[in-house]
Amino acid sequence: MHLAQLNIAHLRAPVDSAELAEFVALLEPMNDLADRSPGFVWRLKESDVDPTATVVHDYGDHLLVNFSVWESRDALWDYVYRSGHLDVLRRRKEWFHRVAEPYTVMWWIPEGDLPSLDEAMRRLERLRTEGPGPEAFTFKDSYASSEAANLPAAAEARK
Amino acid sequence: MSDDDLQALGLLQDPVRRSLYDAVAAGGGEVGRTEAAQAAGVSRTLAGHHLDKLVEAGLLESGFRPQERKGPGSGRPAKVYRRAAGDRSVSLPPRDYVSLASVLAEVVDELGAEERAERAARGAGRRLAGRHGGEPVESVLRGRGYEPYPDDGVLRMRNCPFHVLSHEQPLLVCSMNLALCQGLLEGLGDDPGRARLDPRPGECCVTVSKTNDN
Repeated sequence: MHLAQLNIAHLRAPVDSAELAEFVALLEPMNDLADRSPGFVWRLKESDVDPTATVVHDYGDHLLVNFSVWESRDALWDYVYRSGHLDVLRRRKEWFHRVAEPYTVMWWIPEGDLPSLDEAMRRLERLRTEGPGPEAFTFKDSYASSEAANLPAAAEARK
Repeated sequence: MSDDDLQALGLLQDPVRRSLYDAVAAGGGEVGRTEAAQAAGVSRTLAGHHLDKLVEAGLLESGFRPQERKGPGSGRPAKVYRRAAGDRSVSLPPRDYVSLASVLAEVVDELGAEERAERAARGAGRRLAGRHGGEPVESVLRGRGYEPYPDDGVLRMRNCPFHVLSHEQPLLVCSMNLALCQGLLEGLGDDPGRARLDPRPGECCVTVSKTNDN
């Protein structure tokens, strides 16, 4: 099984504004770092040629979407918290609004599957309304892939 | 305090076992029998006996490293040892600061009070330095369990003294740890800018540059 993760951020200003310029400049090095990290499988890209292009979606303005697939929870954790990404994460308040509800969700997928952004947003909604479970969880309340396999709820969320 | 912890730590009273444990810990990764034996100044056979005792007690973990030469005659894979990941602690009377720290860290996170926490950590670092006037930062860090070692012109730290918390609240705890190290440098009359975050899996996230220029 592979681990899919969505995280969303509410931008303080439009992505092409001066306030976000430093953040946009960090997109390419951070994405490169992710792509080269052990255990990285896939991430949703808006463009194959423009590394600063953020994912365009229908879920509201100023909502930044990061959606990726990893071989394991530890591989993703090491990228997020044990790489140059940590120092960028520390600056999140400069660019993003603080939100009280969960802004990140993860779940297990069969290897080779590429989940859709729609499904990811439904999983996040599920986490927000029902709390963590094997089909929608976070680093803090994570579930092993064995706990998520063959869950009827997983099929339900995919619909 | 668990009896297991006490028993495991009791094994380190033996000076040979202690130096073998230290040799494996200082290796930072997998250390072979021969290497550990040399560092401890004992025979390979004796080293193997004691290393396996440390594995049994859960202080070390063992594995096998394949021989570099492949094919017939290349020999069996070499047995290697590394420090076990779990913590061992003994406290008399029993104390449990980690559970409380974990709750407090959660509250700081919920309040979004990271900056306040970092300021407090920097102050704590400065106060710690007061007890170590004139000492180089490397020895103060070593005394606090960071296990510093030189690497490519910087001082890296093999051990994170806040390991459990740094996994629960990495953003908060690693930022506080950085602030603590910066406060420590400041308190020692040194340049706080020498301490930076350069995280790697399995180590402390803070590095200290030789001077602020590199």
